[in-house]
Amino acid sequence: MTETRTPRPKKAQRSDVEVPALGPLGMARWAWRQLTKMSTALVLLLLLAIAAVPGSLFPQRVQDPDAVTSYIEANPTMGPWLDRLQLFDVFSSYWFSAIYLLLFISLVGCVLPRAVQHFKAWRSKPPRTPRRISRLPQYRKVMLGGRDGAAAPSPDDAVEQAAAALKKRGYRVQMQDLGSAAPSVAAERGMLKEVGNILFHVALLGVLVSVAIGALFGYKGQKIIVEGESFVNTLVDYDSFNPGTNFDPDWLNPFSVRLNNFQATFNRDTSDPRHYGQPTDFNADLTVTDEPGATPQDVNLAVNKPLNVNGTKVYLVGNGYAPVIRVTDGEGNVAYEGPVVTVPSDSVYTSSLTLKVPDARPDQLGFVGLLLPTAVSEPGEIPRSADPALNNPALILSSFYGDLGLDSGQPQNVYVLNTENLTELNSMTSANGPILLDGQHREVQLPNGKGSVEFLDVKRYVGLDVHSDPGRIPAFISFVLAFVGLIMSLFIARRRAWVRATTTEDANGVRCTVLEYGLLARGEDHRLGAEAEKLTALWTSLWEDRGVREFHLNSSDKA
Amino acid sequence: MGSNINVTLGNWSEWFMLLAAMTYLVVFVAFVWDMASHSKTLGLTERSRRGNTAEGAKELVGATAAHSGSTTAGSSSGGATRGGAGTGESVADEFRTSADGAKGVNEFEALDYKHNSRRPAARVAVTLMVIAFLLHAFAVVSRGVAADRVPWANMYEFCTTGALVVAGVYLVTLFFKDLRFVGPMVSGLVLIMLCLATIAFPTPVSPLQPALQSYWLIIHVSIAVAASGIFTITFAMAVLQLLQSRREKKLATGEDSRLGFLRAVPTSVTLENFSFRLNSVGFVFWTFTLAAGAIWADQAWGRFWGWDTKEVWTFVVWTVYAAYMHARVTRGWNGNRSAWLSIAGYLCVVFNFTVVNTLFPGLHSYSGL
Repeated sequence: MTETRTPRPKKAQRSDVEVPALGPLGMARWAWRQLTKMSTALVLLLLLAIAAVPGSLFPQRVQDPDAVTSYIEANPTMGPWLDRLQLFDVFSSYWFSAIYLLLFISLVGCVLPRAVQHFKAWRSKPPRTPRRISRLPQYRKVMLGGRDGAAAPSPDDAVEQAAAALKKRGYRVQMQDLGSAAPSVAAERGMLKEVGNILFHVALLGVLVSVAIGALFGYKGQKIIVEGESFVNTLVDYDSFNPGTNFDPDWLNPFSVRLNNFQATFNRDTSDPRHYGQPTDFNADLTVTDEPGATPQDVNLAVNKPLNVNGTKVYLVGNGYAPVIRVTDGEGNVAYEGPVVTVPSDSVYTSSLTLKVPDARPDQLGFVGLLLPTAVSEPGEIPRSADPALNNPALILSSFYGDLGLDSGQPQNVYVLNTENLTELNSMTSANGPILLDGQHREVQLPNGKGSVEFLDVKRYVGLDVHSDPGRIPAFISFVLAFVGLIMSLFIARRRAWVRATTTEDANGVRCTVLEYGLLARGEDHRLGAEAEKLTALWTSLWEDRGVREFHLNSSDKA
Repeated sequence: MGSNINVTLGNWSEWFMLLAAMTYLVVFVAFVWDMASHSKTLGLTERSRRGNTAEGAKELVGATAAHSGSTTAGSSSGGATRGGAGTGESVADEFRTSADGAKGVNEFEALDYKHNSRRPAARVAVTLMVIAFLLHAFAVVSRGVAADRVPWANMYEFCTTGALVVAGVYLVTLFFKDLRFVGPMVSGLVLIMLCLATIAFPTPVSPLQPALQSYWLIIHVSIAVAASGIFTITFAMAVLQLLQSRREKKLATGEDSRLGFLRAVPTSVTLENFSFRLNSVGFVFWTFTLAAGAIWADQAWGRFWGWDTKEVWTFVVWTVYAAYMHARVTRGWNGNRSAWLSIAGYLCVVFNFTVVNTLFPGLHSYSGL
């Protein structure tokens, strides 16, 4: 924040003359001066604001990569172009980075010289008393002495006492010309204002560096755990894992987590149909072992209460139902038995299910369908879920047999069944209808003797996000410093005060001391006048016994 | 968290909200009335004074231009209205007393109450606004009690509580400064916010979703509401500042301005300085909102910053106001340009609240719609 309000016509003229002689070095210097100008920083700030806007208009990969993919698919002409312009990665794009890097360079170029300057100013004494204090924006005059014939303090005494009083008010003081006819004191306060200003800007830089540290050395991972299952913090155990650019998987701390129980509470207030059935609480009971061999601990995980295992944080981000299914194949062997994680798609937890059974013989089997936590069916209609809780769980499945395509080694989405090489056994549209499993119908035989499906139980699962961000704490500290700096820079007033004492005689011929004092603010200071009044009160309390007369000055006195 | 919802109290709250809105409507009308009559009075004194100057006194035109609205007719008599100090003692001529000496005790003297002006309509407006505020406060508090939580968890509540804060901040500043000239805009905006809440975002009392169950809801959102309240008032002042500076320019060239009501409004410089003070408090609040949001996001979603749409816009608002703060100390950027930045910042706040909450998908979209 260079104060550029005072015009500097001289410099401008000189650079005008130098224009033809600008060499590469001169160009660089010119560019640097342009960049570190306050108005450049201002324009960059506004540009940053504008550049951030597309980040809210288009889906972002940092937010939701799937949304970006489907957006590009939905807009085949515009999509790839937008992608080329990095509009799906706004906050890591070249142009966005360019703006904030320039801004921070400008900031450094502005703040560093100011810090040096301020350091020098702090070490040097307050500046000399100006010859004409009366020119200062705030100027007052009092006459000391003359009350009941009391002697006025000598100018030196007056200045010394004034200096001591100013020091008490938080000014740093420097007495000048003691012993002369017009001794004075120069005082300055609020040096911390500029310190706050510099601290704020440097701390912002700290925030940026902390974020960068997090992006380099942190990681994010997702894991789904069904009730009764465990998870160990190793690379192989994750469903998905996004390491930072310089992250080494050996840094993972091998804690383990077991989900004992998960409970969701729903709004059961029948008088409020709009919010009836909305979740009001999610709660997971976990057993955590901090490191192999440590004592397991039971902990409770809720949405706003992450688990902290030696700096690695575990968050509860999702939940749903995992029906336990047993599939017996055409040869009578159990080809699959266990929970199947379903994906809830609405507020009543209508969840889609995909099950691939590659071990089934003679043919591999595949199932897709829905889990309905509270199935309600009306005659002639497809059953639907009426409530998110497990009141009447039911499965509606379509089944397929054939080649699941898993043997080719190509990675597949576990939530999508590719039916290209599969033959349908039954479905919603087929003549024999879908497979319907619920509390009354626990087992269904597949057509053509391909096997059978059993609906054993429904368990709950939780989706956990595991994060490690070494930049988190530094970012927090940087922010706190920035905030303190901001408050200091905005609400501390930087002022200079000068007091000069001279001897005079009042109308009655009594020798008196005239105290002239003026105040100057650095930047905006709406309380400068109030401070002048306070100083007057200060002198009054200092020399009241000797008499203090205040003079109201004409504007014409302000020479 | 059990849902201890008191439906009867919730209904009472809605009735009081309507009552408050109607009272604000009357307040608005009264403020407009005041502006019209007060600026007319000022216009008449101005004209009569101009007549006086034509007859004799010479120095007054310059004085009016220099001190603008704050200079009252009293100072033209060249009198020592305040300088009684010198009368007892005979002092050297140099120390002559005068009223001018005390000038600049406070930069915002122009915003102090004048004792000689009578503005009955403004009195009615302020009194009614206090009543409206009390009704409004009851409505907001009873809604919180009815829902058994803080009353700012969805758009309706954010709007109504925000309007309450705007009215509150305004009434508190009225204690210290004569800001009655922004009354029409402030009461108008409060009215709009209440209408928006009841018409566009009506939401019955309901308990909190799991993601909102945190004490950060109290900290983060309340400071956000307070910051928005402050920005609302500075927005009003920035608009007036722009109009006023246009009028000043016209008057300086000798033209007549049609916007006569601006006679009751202080100079554009005073407006600029005062709204800068308010905006710096608002900026501190907004910075805190942003950080508190980041801390909450870190607890709830596992990252402190993820460029969610709401986060993007909070950042945009912060950046615009940061630019505003810098503009004030940059040559060529103060005055009208800084007023435009303040307006742009406020429009971003409004956009962040309305469009982002309702149309953009994002993690903040549980706002009750």
